[in-house]
Amino acid sequence: MADGEIQNTAFWQGNTALAHGALAAGCNFFGGYPITPSTEIAETMAEELPKTGGKFIQMEDEIAGLACVLGASIAGAKALTATSGPGFSLKQENLGFAYLAEIPAVVVDVMRGGPSTGLPTRAAQQDIMQARWGTHGDYAPICYAPSSVQECYDLAIKAFNMAERFRQPVLIMSDEIVGHMREKITKTEPDKLKLIERVRPTCEPEEFTPYEADPMTSVPPMASFGDGYLWHVTGLMTNDWGFPTGNPPEVEKKILRIINKVTRARNDIVEYEAEHMDGAGIVVVSYGSVARSALRAVRDARKKGIPVGHFRPITIWPFPDAELVKMSLGVKTILVPELNCGQISLEVERAIRGRSEVRGLSLVNGKLFKPSDILKVIEEVA
Amino acid sequence: MPGGKVLSWLRTRFMPHIWCSGCGHGIVMHALLRALIGLNKDKTRTVLASGIGCSSRLAGYVNACTLHTTHGRSLAFATGVKLHKPELTVIDIMGDGDCSAIGGNHFIHACRRNIDITAIVMNNNIYGMTGGQSSPTTPVGAWATTTPYGAVDQPFDLCKLAEGAGASYVARTTIANPRQVETFIMNGIQKKGFAVIEVVTHCHTQYGRKNDRRLPFDNYNCFKEASVPLTKARDMPPEELEGKLVCGEFVNKEVLEYTEQYDKVIEKAQAALKE
Repeated sequence: MADGEIQNTAFWQGNTALAHGALAAGCNFFGGYPITPSTEIAETMAEELPKTGGKFIQMEDEIAGLACVLGASIAGAKALTATSGPGFSLKQENLGFAYLAEIPAVVVDVMRGGPSTGLPTRAAQQDIMQARWGTHGDYAPICYAPSSVQECYDLAIKAFNMAERFRQPVLIMSDEIVGHMREKITKTEPDKLKLIERVRPTCEPEEFTPYEADPMTSVPPMASFGDGYLWHVTGLMTNDWGFPTGNPPEVEKKILRIINKVTRARNDIVEYEAEHMDGAGIVVVSYGSVARSALRAVRDARKKGIPVGHFRPITIWPFPDAELVKMSLGVKTILVPELNCGQISLEVERAIRGRSEVRGLSLVNGKLFKPSDILKVIEEVA
Repeated sequence: MPGGKVLSWLRTRFMPHIWCSGCGHGIVMHALLRALIGLNKDKTRTVLASGIGCSSRLAGYVNACTLHTTHGRSLAFATGVKLHKPELTVIDIMGDGDCSAIGGNHFIHACRRNIDITAIVMNNNIYGMTGGQSSPTTPVGAWATTTPYGAVDQPFDLCKLAEGAGASYVARTTIANPRQVETFIMNGIQKKGFAVIEVVTHCHTQYGRKNDRRLPFDNYNCFKEASVPLTKARDMPPEELEGKLVCGEFVNKEVLEYTEQYDKVIEKAQAALKE
């Protein structure tokens, strides 16, 4: 039993819980590079993976960390890497490879303050738009933002399921507070786990067309190197045969398919939590560690008789825009506290289209929001 | 013309290839396929990884498990494949820029780690695909589009780099000696550990055009004249070796192999669980 564990409960920090969630999901490969404040994920995997027969490797840099994870996934592994802002920047190149070549993997960014080396030991949410648009080209990311230690564990399992189901990288945007805070969590019993595995080809190897998608899902079955199928993986635009192509109809088909496979299943992916929304004239939208302060502020405001609700996107991408709009009809003001200069507040503005006033609250000094900071603004706009 | 067995290893569907007529890359590919056939390798258990550039297209033409990665990163991808499935034969194809410029860090660490991968570096002293820019192996004084007044920076000796970084097998030859290319690749694949085979080849289109080696044959002849076997080079003074291509097996030693070492980590971790 690992440190801090009693039967199926544990008292862990978010990073440790995330690593254990990945293991519960069947993760059997980790490649990465040390970086604060994510390192405990790598350290936990270094200790736990060999016990299960899995492999851990500390690579020479962040780029190689994701590259070896993708290599292992192509050979059939369920693979994880974890990093923080500077490393997430370096991983963008190979993230793009994984979107185009459709390689499942889970990538964690425990966000810290930036730009550059910035504030290595302080929390931030400044990489949220990098998760959406960080690598060049068009693609449809799936990205979760945990706000508790329990959620680090649960979302790690979910992220692997989504990576396998959609054959693409899935991002977990944690932050320094969630990563290092300690809470009691309940682990899922192995027989209660609902795990999804990538769809594998069932045809004869000579009939295998590596990028011919199932029309029902837009996801092509994926063979693993070594299991009898010969195929070509490339970061070039390809036709269904994996043959590099510049032919406009084939290019368009491919790029639209890798986006549509996610957007057509949007309702299966999008998750959020809404609380105290009854009769709310003000809604606070927050995610990750900020949601903890925001929810407390909302509860305090309700006690004072202010009708305010809280909406927490659990999937940041795809953003729960339709759900937010539906729940905020008639709402006067939407407050968006964030540890950045207004990244998701722009997304909220896009969703709301002027139907409510959207007001961003930015905190970028390395501190976390106190509930009283948010409560003060709620009282101002009430 | 390639024989039937070689043809069975080619994805003719992917052809015609992108290489210029007379390019040396085809000689390397043919030698590699002869080596794989000679070693009775199974296509479904043979992985070819590559980076970006003319060299990297080799992977796509071979009917095996092929992985055309990002520029310079192929060894890091290949490391993931090999560590997860050590039973696979993993070959990594790189160009000189791929291997020693953008991928330099991955290259030295793959050597240091001594993971059982065979790296074939096709060194043509230039970035061919992008139109003839200088690479870390462009000789001093040579013309490239980004060194229009002649290169001034010192080139890498890729074999010395690999040796210094800890590879267990290091060899160099040229495309003017295809049999030796085949032999060294065979030896590299059979080596349990990280093997580097530098194959000096040419880009007559981009490099030769401006450096007095315009025709493919100018390059073959140049390599033949410049090649000195390692056994002979050992007795030659440095001034006589100036501008020569020393060919041979520089390193062939037993070093603990990474995936086998990691198996011991697993044994240790699992033994601790039983206690």
